Order: sequence, then structure tokens, then C-alpha cells
Amino acid sequence: MSFKRLFPLLILVFGLSGFGNSSFAQHEENHEIASVEGAESAHEEKKGINITKLVFGHVSDSHEWHLFGLKDEHGHEKEIAFPLPMIIYRPGKGLSFMSSSHFHFDHEHESADGKMLSTEYDGLYIEKQMKEKVLAVDGSKVYDLSITKNVLSMLFGVVILLWLMTSAAKKYKKGAIVAPKGFQNALEVVVIFIRDEVAKPNLGNKYVKFMPLLLTIFFFIWVNNLLGLLPGGANFTGNIAVTACLALIAFVVMMANSNKHFWSHLLNPPNVPFLVKCLLVLIEVMSLCIKPVALMIRLFANMLAGHIVILSVICLIFIFALLNVYVGGGFVIVSLAFSIFMFMLELLVAAIQAFIFANLTAVFIGQAMEEGHHDEEHGEAIHI
Amino acid sequence: MDLLTPELGLFFWTLVAFIAVFLILRKFAWGPILDSLGEREKGIADSIATAERVKEEMSQLKSENEKLMTQAREERSVMLREAKEMKERIVNEAKEQAKTEANKIIVDAQQQIQQQKMAALTEVKNEIGALAVEVASKIIRKQLSDADGQQAYMELLAEDIKLN
Repeated sequence: MSFKRLFPLLILVFGLSGFGNSSFAQHEENHEIASVEGAESAHEEKKGINITKLVFGHVSDSHEWHLFGLKDEHGHEKEIAFPLPMIIYRPGKGLSFMSSSHFHFDHEHESADGKMLSTEYDGLYIEKQMKEKVLAVDGSKVYDLSITKNVLSMLFGVVILLWLMTSAAKKYKKGAIVAPKGFQNALEVVVIFIRDEVAKPNLGNKYVKFMPLLLTIFFFIWVNNLLGLLPGGANFTGNIAVTACLALIAFVVMMANSNKHFWSHLLNPPNVPFLVKCLLVLIEVMSLCIKPVALMIRLFANMLAGHIVILSVICLIFIFALLNVYVGGGFVIVSLAFSIFMFMLELLVAAIQAFIFANLTAVFIGQAMEEGHHDEEHGEAIHI
Repeated sequence: MDLLTPELGLFFWTLVAFIAVFLILRKFAWGPILDSLGEREKGIADSIATAERVKEEMSQLKSENEKLMTQAREERSVMLREAKEMKERIVNEAKEQAKTEANKIIVDAQQQIQQQKMAALTEVKNEIGALAVEVASKIIRKQLSDADGQQAYMELLAEDIKLN
């Protein structure tokens, strides 16, 4: 029993170390479900298991916007969530639109390996493990383009971004040399910071061309990072699909602006013996491919870890409350203090990660379009 | 590994949204903001340069003014000195003239006095002569009534002639 009580803490440890070793956690989870039969203890243990699901349910994408769970008089859990529109493309069947409210999850549908299967609708069902996957009943290929929680959150972010920036930009059209007012002041500091600290040092005199891209990357990531920190918010920037997309954009821009010098330097390093050259080219090509991957993983892991830590710290209250109500009540203060601290830290990280992403994009583009007048300078830019 | 596999849908929507945001903001936000930031920076730099130039001009004007002032002051003092000198010269000249005039008047007066004196003296001499003649004639008439008298008188006349 003591092991069972420790189990949520173990999950937390795994949670703190990011997403590592989730398979082990799942294995334990199944063991719990299989072993616990008594109604009373099952009740408690389910709470413990729910914390794992709660943490990962919050950090992963979903086809509905979950708010909270309730329990009815029979002890059945009832989830309060907004259904979101689903857009499914099936080859042969074409596009189909539906609401996610057609799919219901029952604990009875839970399969032996921890997967939860939803009810079927229109030949489709959702398989929920860490993530939700839309699958066809007949096993055919399904492309899921649904407006998920993360997509909706991003759309909110996009609306906020567009509104803020265009309303601030309108003030500039009135006249050029006027002292900035209100939000303009805040915006200008950031724009000038990006221009003077990110674009100019890395891109030299061609920086003007890349300013819109760098500013968009910075503000897009920042606004979405902050939205993700709101209670009930989605973990948009902590999703690998998002960071992969942003990294891909940065990589495409980098490739599109790479010059002859860059490629000749990469594929045919000067003044190097043949064998070393082969090795060097291999390493250079690998490092080229690693650049966007580093961008992708850095933002993803930072945001995901931040979300998991905050959620875990809050969950600590409930874990201790399970042991003893008074201990749990006492731990509220510790947990709140720590989560407030983490929240402040995440506010900082939200801006820092946005800056780092923009900065590294600028660094990579700068490297790709560097002119060949200093051959001896092979030093890579600092990777934060 | 579940968390590490990107979802197609989210990837697709992020790509679409990011490119849309990029295009919209480039046209309606970053363009105007960056342009007017550059313009404002240029304007401020220009204003500072202008202010600097004006300041320089002002200081130049000031130094010129000061130069003019000192020049004016010098001129004034020169003029004052000249006026003083002229005054002194005029006064001296006047004095000289007055002196010579006075001297001339004095000399004239002295001459006239001399003349008058001489005239007066001549007149007095003539008067005295006439009186003497008259007295003498009276005496002579009285003396000439006797011979001795005539004789003495003749001697006296003779002596008188000798005297002349």
C-alpha cells in the first residue's frame, strides 16, 4: 500500500524530468487498475491515477476544451468540457465535419494497455492515451485537421496579436515624428530590442528584410506562451507539432537565403585533406539538419517542462490531501508559494524562449548568408 | 514517445496561421512601425544636428556681437577723447585769441593814452606858453615904461633866444 501511495510522487518525478519514461509510468498504472478491486481503495487510487492523466491531459492536445470534472451521486465522473469542431479528411470519403461531442469516453472502454477508446461515430473513434488519435473503425487512413484545443488557443493568440499590433500600428500612420503613447511605448521597446540586439548583430546590413519575420516569430511565440500560462489555457507552444512547424519555417527561410559561399564552405571546406574533408562534410551536413531540430526541441521542452512542473506542484496539494486532509491543507501554502514562484519563472521563460527562438533564427540565417571574407572564423554561434 | 510525435492537424493549422499572421502583420503592422521608427530616429538625429548647428550659429553671433560691442566701445572712447581734445584745443585757441586781442587792445589803449597824454601835454605846454607870454607881456609892458627895464628885458629876450 505504501508503494501505491508513493506512486503519484513517482509520477511527479517523471513529470519533473519532462516526458521521460512514460512507458514505465503506464505500466505501473495498469498494474494499479488490475490489482485494485475494493470500492473504497479503488476510489482513492483512481484519484492518484487521475493526477497523471490530469497533468498529461493538460499538456497534450485534445479534441475538446476540458474545464473540470464532476462526480454525480453514483460516483461516476462527469467531465465539463466544450466540444470543439472536428475536421476529418479520409481518402475516398473526402472531408467531413463533426462535433467532438459525438465521442464519449467510458472507463469501461479502457483497454489493457491504458488506452481509452471513445464511442464510435461516423465510422470513427478516438483513441486516447497520452494523446488523442482519431482512427477509422475499418482501419483506413485518417487525416485529422480538427480545430483542437491547441488550434483554438492559437487562434485566440492570433486574434490578440493582430488586434494589438494593427491598433498600435495605426497610430504611426498619423505622423512620423510624434512621441509614442501608451502601448506604443511598450511595443517599441521590444521592436527596437529585436532590431538592435537580434537582427543587426546577426544579419548585418541586410537586417531590414528579416525584421518582419523575426518580429512575427517573437510575438507569435511570446503571446502563445503567455496564453498557455493562463488557467485552463492550452499548452500550445509546448507541443512538438507547433515547434516543428516554426522550426521548419526558420529552416526554409535559412535555406532560401543561403548563398554560394555558405554551400561551398559546407560541402567543400578549403585547405583540408581529403579524408578529413569527408568527415567534415558529414558533420557539417548533420549540424545543418540539427539546427532546426534544436530550435524545435528547445522551445517544446522548455514550455512542456514548465507546464508539467506547475501542474505537478498544484497536484501535490491533492496528493497530500489523500494521505491526510490536514497535511494536504498545510501543504497548500507551500504548494501555492512554489507554484507562484514557478509561474513567475514561466512568465520570464515565456519571453526568454521567444527571444531565443527569434535570436537563433537570426543567427542561422546570418550564417547562411555570410559573405566569404573571413575564412578563419569557424566558430558556431552560442547555443543557449 | 507519444508526446514527441507531431500531430498533422496542429502542424497544418500552425503553418497556415503563422504565415497568415506574418503576411498580415508585415503589411499592416511591422511595415508602418519600422518605417516610422526609422523616420523618427532620422528626425531626432536631424533635429539634434540642427540644434547643434543653431547653437554654433548662436555662439558665433554672440561672439560677433561682442566684437561689435567692444568695437563700439572703443570707438566711443576714441570719440570722447577726440571731443575732449577738440574742446581743449578750442578753449585754448579761444584763450590765445582772447589774450592777443586783449593785448592788442591794451597796446592800442596805451598808444592812445600816450597820444592823449602827448596832446594834453602839448596843449598844457601851449597853454603854459601863452600864459607865460601873457604874463611876460604884462610884465614887459610894465617894465618897458622905463629904460632899465627895457634893457633888462632885452637881455632876457636875448637869453631866451639863446635858450632856444
